Amino acid sequence: MLQRTIPIAILSISGIVLVLAYFSPFTQSWGEQAVDWFNIIAGIAYILGGGNLLRVNLEKISAQRPGWAYAAITVAAFVAMLGFGLLKLGAVPSEKYPDVHFAGDYESNSAPYGWMYWNVISPLGATMFAMLAFYVASAAFRAFRAKNLESVLLLGTAFIVLLSATAAGAYLTGWIPADSAVGFMRAERLRTMITEVVQTAGMRAIGIGIAIGVVALSVRLILGIDRSYLSKDGGAA
Amino acid sequence: MSEPLLVRLGRIDRRWIFLAMALSIIVPMLLKVRFPEIPQPMARATFEAIERVPEGSRVLIAFDYDPASQGELQPMANAIVHHCASRGHKMVFMTLWPFGGPLAERTIDDILLAYHPGYKYGVDYAELGFQPGNEGVVKLMSTNIPKQFPTDKRGTPLAQVPLLADLADTTGFKLVVSISAGYPGAKEWVQYANGPAPEAFTFVSGTTGVQAAQLLPYYPAQMEGMLLAVKGAAEYETIVEEKYPPPQHPERIGDGRVRMGPQLVAHVLMIVLIVLGNLSMAAGRTRGGMR
Repeated sequence: MLQRTIPIAILSISGIVLVLAYFSPFTQSWGEQAVDWFNIIAGIAYILGGGNLLRVNLEKISAQRPGWAYAAITVAAFVAMLGFGLLKLGAVPSEKYPDVHFAGDYESNSAPYGWMYWNVISPLGATMFAMLAFYVASAAFRAFRAKNLESVLLLGTAFIVLLSATAAGAYLTGWIPADSAVGFMRAERLRTMITEVVQTAGMRAIGIGIAIGVVALSVRLILGIDRSYLSKDGGAA
Repeated sequence: MSEPLLVRLGRIDRRWIFLAMALSIIVPMLLKVRFPEIPQPMARATFEAIERVPEGSRVLIAFDYDPASQGELQPMANAIVHHCASRGHKMVFMTLWPFGGPLAERTIDDILLAYHPGYKYGVDYAELGFQPGNEGVVKLMSTNIPKQFPTDKRGTPLAQVPLLADLADTTGFKLVVSISAGYPGAKEWVQYANGPAPEAFTFVSGTTGVQAAQLLPYYPAQMEGMLLAVKGAAEYETIVEEKYPPPQHPERIGDGRVRMGPQLVAHVLMIVLIVLGNLSMAAGRTRGGMR
């Protein structure tokens, strides 16, 4: 009983308070309190996430399942960065408070955390993102085929956007007088038309649809009609 | 009878495609190929929006991205910080992303303090750092900044930092900039900070190409300026550099234009690959039909 009632009560009260706080200045401080609690819970979620990461990877290492060496690297990196960041190991002493260890600058390039950030995390993150270019190129060659009218339209749009996102578009269509009857054929004008008219109209429709869905779902959650977030069986006792 | 070249091309080892893509990026980078950028209306609108903010105003710059998106977003971050400093704005830096802090720090060192050495911490600029909570942070900042950030990034209470002492909520800024790679980012700033007080401050954003579709509906009503990916950064850099030439290290306000060289060649390669793929499919069909 309490397992269902307390979470529903917390959700309903928080939801109603936040709605009231938005429309009424008299309840603004209640809303601030609710958001403050939300942010504290979000901070605690990092601890849960870290604990879960350790549990999953330590289990994998202890059972020596395939890929356990990667799990060991993950755990080692996690523990090292946690130590460098949380305990400020190797932090550069503060100029103002040189004797206070925790006043040190751990993000400096000469501190271990900063060094790892700029020399490991930064290049690895950029590498992961850059790899997309290779997969997109391969996929474009194999899968982007003009098989019907819709795919021809998609291809034409892709060509215009790809070219107009570089100086090539300006070189190819720059000779078309901008103020002439065919000025709309210039690459930058076509791109603007595609992004700011066609694409934006579609995204607005999707956005409004999502917003209405969110309102409907929020009302169901606040009123306790939708309890699917409680457990797999909808919070049934 | 041997197969025509176009049909065989359809079965090319994808590693050749990877090699072509690598070369299309590496060669223009090594040759430092640069193309002139013609600023488009969106980049001009961003520049004008920042220009309209009175000189010396207090502005908030949110570094809502991490190193993975640095290649796309750092050039515009550099140009925006230089532009704001050239207008004498007092800048407050923060991030909604756990890995955004050091990116803001480096921009302060490489651009703000290198180009504008007169800027003093606490008086002309300050850092709020990172707080967990995503849109919750923006929501609380829109009504009570000291509650969300009791201290600045260095641990000093806001009341003791001259630039932040009287800062109550986001309406205390004349301009808010979110350089955003996704969630949480520009969309949350529009919805939770700009939405309740649309007249209080000017809001502009810089965004990655993949996020652009999500943000375009907010431009230009809720978002007065928007820089789209490296192309937007390159155009904006051109306008900023023209009006506010950097006193030294001009390459730091030129990264966007440098990156447009490889982008042009890579985009042309993509088009060539798509055309070849379709020609190969057509050749295969024709050959199948003839049999």
